[in-house]
Amino acid sequence: MLRIKVSDRATTTGLRSFMTNIASLVAGLCAIGLIFVACGVNPFYAISKIFMGSFGSMYGFKETVTKAIPLIIIGGGLTLAFRSRFWNIGAEGQLLMGAIFSTWVGLAWGPNLPSWAIVPLMFAAGFLGGALWGLIPAILKIRFSINEVISTLMLNYICAEFMTLLIVGPWKGRSRFGFPGTDNLPESAILGVISGSRIHYVTLILALVFAVILAVVVYKTRFGYEVRVIGENPDAGRYAGINFFKTSLIVMAVSGGMAGIAGVGEVAGIHHYLTYPASISSGYGFTAIIVAWLAKLNPLYAVVSGLFFAGILVGGDAIQISLGLPAATVQIVNGTLLVFLIMGDFFFKNKITIRWGK
Amino acid sequence: MRKIKKLEMRGISKSFQGNPANRDINLTVNSGEILGLLGENGAGKTTLMNILYGLYQPDSGQILINDEEVRLTSPLDSIHHGIGMVHQHFMLVQNHSVLENIALGYEKTPFFFPKIRIRDKVVEFARRFNFAMDPTMKIWQLSAGEQQRVEIIKALLNGADLLILDEPTSVLTPQEIEDLFHILKDMKAQGHMVIIITHKLDEIMDICDRVTVIQKGTVVGSADTATMDKRSLARMMIGREVLFNAEREQLPKGDTVLKVDGITVKGDKGTPVVKNMSFEVYENEIFGVAGVAGNGQRELGEAITGIRAIETGRVEVKGVDTTNMSPRRIYDAGLSHIPEERIRFGIAPGLFLYDNSILKQHHLKKFSKKLFLEYSQIRDHAKSLVESYRVSTHSIDVQTKNLSGGNIQKLILGREISEKPPLLVASHPTYGLDVGATEYLREELLTRRREGGAILLFSEDLEEVMKLCDRIAVMFEGEFVGVLDSGDPRLADIGLMMAGSLRL
Repeated sequence: MLRIKVSDRATTTGLRSFMTNIASLVAGLCAIGLIFVACGVNPFYAISKIFMGSFGSMYGFKETVTKAIPLIIIGGGLTLAFRSRFWNIGAEGQLLMGAIFSTWVGLAWGPNLPSWAIVPLMFAAGFLGGALWGLIPAILKIRFSINEVISTLMLNYICAEFMTLLIVGPWKGRSRFGFPGTDNLPESAILGVISGSRIHYVTLILALVFAVILAVVVYKTRFGYEVRVIGENPDAGRYAGINFFKTSLIVMAVSGGMAGIAGVGEVAGIHHYLTYPASISSGYGFTAIIVAWLAKLNPLYAVVSGLFFAGILVGGDAIQISLGLPAATVQIVNGTLLVFLIMGDFFFKNKITIRWGK
Repeated sequence: MRKIKKLEMRGISKSFQGNPANRDINLTVNSGEILGLLGENGAGKTTLMNILYGLYQPDSGQILINDEEVRLTSPLDSIHHGIGMVHQHFMLVQNHSVLENIALGYEKTPFFFPKIRIRDKVVEFARRFNFAMDPTMKIWQLSAGEQQRVEIIKALLNGADLLILDEPTSVLTPQEIEDLFHILKDMKAQGHMVIIITHKLDEIMDICDRVTVIQKGTVVGSADTATMDKRSLARMMIGREVLFNAEREQLPKGDTVLKVDGITVKGDKGTPVVKNMSFEVYENEIFGVAGVAGNGQRELGEAITGIRAIETGRVEVKGVDTTNMSPRRIYDAGLSHIPEERIRFGIAPGLFLYDNSILKQHHLKKFSKKLFLEYSQIRDHAKSLVESYRVSTHSIDVQTKNLSGGNIQKLILGREISEKPPLLVASHPTYGLDVGATEYLREELLTRRREGGAILLFSEDLEEVMKLCDRIAVMFEGEFVGVLDSGDPRLADIGLMMAGSLRL
């Protein structure tokens, strides 16, 4: 008889953590390969095409970096929220709220202000928008014990519908000739790009700086210590006199605010005007959840995992075109990888022994 | 059904990842006998019993029932052979009734209308062993003692001739312990055999016919309890002499450190459980609060330490009004706290040992500069705690959840006491600790007292209260029914006071 036993792993190491992640990714790619086989596509060709499309050419790589920018910023913010065990599934909505706030600032004050003034103002407004949208579920959770998974998820849809309402209604631009969308942001409010690409470097620099700052905050400061204690054991946090209300509010303000900043980058760096929510963000808020998870909730690792998943987004687009696969391919790839990463976590935390015999 | 007349474990060895938990253990039980399995925390008692219950397979050794070898590869095997086990933490579904829980674990439960059809049987069993219980009650409505009885009935219904009880008294009130012992004696009279895992010497002396002592995974002795006394048992268990009477010299009465003035505190259900209570604790003093669990001691402790709100009244620590302040501010005023549920409140299990060595002190100047933590200082502090409080761990870079309960308790004690707080609130500090660790911890409390500290001690262990405290308050239904000096002859009636039938 086959006997399978699961027991707690007494000690865990960084190397094992890394190897588990790699193994999970490989296993996930194998599973994705099977899906390709079912679609009648050579899995090796398709998977190599994904990575060739994103990392194999200069054009592809530039696109990958472009898409990595929001993923790195949002993913970094999510590592903080997840570490305090606040399951923020609402980064998508927080991103959109950031886009809305910054668009308003850009359209209203942009024409009269120089770049050095309007750009920081827009980033500040974006941060504020995302932070406010993130604070709602935080207050709901602490004051009324409302489950944050539900509230953050639902707030995504509310924000998306609100944004649609704005672009077809009061904010519809004259220059759109009746099509939905605001007018273009004035020249001074548009972010510069690295020439020959769509990489809006200001946001990229912000993303990297934020990653470093967050890592320092989490591992070196008193606030980070309190976040880790609360995340590990809320009762111990209460015993230690950690102010729950304050800590949770700061965590969600930062997490939401960083998603908001990603929204500023998308509007001011890529689209230059506010349009349908699905165009402004191709699900970055959701993909960033996987980014944070693969990074093991370390904001520095989120830079690498953000780049990885941006690659899959770009490569996924590439194989859609070249292999004629449906648009949902990318979501399937992402979803499968997340499932395998979470399964990998189980194998990381537990020791499984299998043996034959009675 | 086969009746177990004799059960024998021969040469049982078991190791986990190379660490031997049991080494060549021999053990025998006969019918109509209660065997005590005595040993310190981590001696391997529970491992051995889990082997007998089929949860673990031994690496080597045999188990014999009526001189015939059996293989127990799962709890189901063990149940079929007539072995039942009641774990330290009950395995009951809180929202289900007593009957439903019993039906769930009972093999012969019919598929249709299970509750109705096993009801008579449950009632009959309850009568046979003089249990008082209402089978329609939900588990969450029951006290710990009643829940334990449900577990015992479950095991007996499944035909257990041998019942294993893992630390059965650790969650019971003194009255419930007495009831349990009556039940066990009835079972014994009816030919059942019982193995009790414990580290409490009194229980062994009270109820067991024989005792087997395990130390670091090996049997160090086996004896009839009639031929032993507590002192020799303790020596057998920890391998050296135990100080049963810690020296508590007379010290002059110092200044007031804690002043509680007419406080009222509400319990979880919203009713007042601490009623208009006033008392003071002085320097050089251990003030003990005794009483049966559930009379407001926990809420009183939580209110003083800032975890629970105070409705009316006032608390002062060293002259500073700390009423309803946050636990951190109260700590800064001079109060340290060893919480009752140490794993729940005292540590963040997934963080490293050194992280946990500064919980609630992380804002102090020596551990943090402005916004940043000083990790080199923190690591030094953790190292010195581990050393001076004998926390057994191979490094300070381990996740705290990997320490044993006793070592976590030592870490918390060290953390709370090393800062030499003017006032220490200790709730059941020795609960669940073995004799060696208990002795050490009590010694530390006395040292703190000698240094001028004030200690507020909550304990259900009367022996402990009598030994350590300068003054003893007995709490009943949210009030002190008496406050006595340690030498007061009226302490003989403390049992009556705890039961609420005597008020001074």
